[in-house]
Amino acid sequence: MKATKHHISDEMLIAYSAGTLPEAFALVVAAHVSMCDGCRTTLSAFDAVGGAVLERCSAVKVSDGCLAATLARIARGDAPRRPECCKDAVLPKPVVDYVGGGLDAVRWRPISGGARQAVLCADKAATARLVYLPAGSAVPDHSHRGIELTLVLKGAFRDETGHFAPGDVETSAEELTHRPVAEPGAPCICLTATEAPLRYRSLLVRILQPFLHI
Amino acid sequence: MDDTDGVQLLLRIRDHQDSAAFADLFLHYAPRVKAFLMKSGADHAVAEECTQDVMATLWHKAHMFDPGRASVATWIFTIARNRRIDALRKARRPEPEDLLWGPEDEPDPAEALELQQESARLGQAIALLPEKQRDLIERAYFGDLSHSEIAAQTGLPLGTIKSRLRLALERLRQQMT
Repeated sequence: MKATKHHISDEMLIAYSAGTLPEAFALVVAAHVSMCDGCRTTLSAFDAVGGAVLERCSAVKVSDGCLAATLARIARGDAPRRPECCKDAVLPKPVVDYVGGGLDAVRWRPISGGARQAVLCADKAATARLVYLPAGSAVPDHSHRGIELTLVLKGAFRDETGHFAPGDVETSAEELTHRPVAEPGAPCICLTATEAPLRYRSLLVRILQPFLHI
Repeated sequence: MDDTDGVQLLLRIRDHQDSAAFADLFLHYAPRVKAFLMKSGADHAVAEECTQDVMATLWHKAHMFDPGRASVATWIFTIARNRRIDALRKARRPEPEDLLWGPEDEPDPAEALELQQESARLGQAIALLPEKQRDLIERAYFGDLSHSEIAAQTGLPLGTIKSRLRLALERLRQQMT
């Protein structure tokens, strides 16, 4: 795979390692790390910090029966496993786990102008979704109330800040209003995580926002 | 516990389902896992319950432990962290795709030894950090405090927290090279 140019920030990797990211952001980080050996190495360094922190914890006494209870738990059998999903040429494994299959299994919903989306997980903090942009088309102009991560899975897009190819992640800050456009020639498929509902400039879109789930 | 001792114990569990080796690892790590979970906001009962889960998972997943990729403490930390997300935050933990490695690419013993020594050095480097920086790193990893909550508790503004965390990690990196 071509070396990625745009990576996950150290702060975001630390938060993923510490386990404090909202699930939607954790999904984008896991997907990027699946595609990027550099970030995988950095992440394992941050996990090692977590290991050192655990090792430094002053022991808290466990109950007398704790070991026996754990051995009984072990004897009861293996931990339940999630069924193994198929591999996919476009979707990295963590995304396949959420879709419940490969690209063919994604349940797309139309947004506008041929663009489509599929929400993969959503909670109070953030939403993760797959977005499909036809070749050469633009995402409606939007600004963010919070941080947005966009990971390219297929095709490419360009906006005011640069060019993004498969494996690249764009981290958009709160104040950024940008206009991503899919490169001509092929559709662009991205995985995004957004901290809060997007704030569109168009009043109509803003009114429709709760219904469109974008 | 010496890092290489921990690896030997875990390999005995992995290869021989050795319950004496498990008891030794349990004696060292179960009280630390419980402490970690309580620092993360769990009460005694929940922490005790989750500690049993974490240690049982260690047994069941011992075949996935790779001494060329993580120290025993790091590996147990990742299990405890994931259990915390599951039990305390009721959220799923998306994990990266596992790098494929089969019996034919058993980790190189020299590489494994080097990684274990590096982990020990990282522990020493953290111990040598100024207390304030170390405290910040620990709080970040206990995970029940967001950056803004840390700011509220210590009275430090958010920018300072972030730059201190960065500085702490920068110093860690320097110590490691």
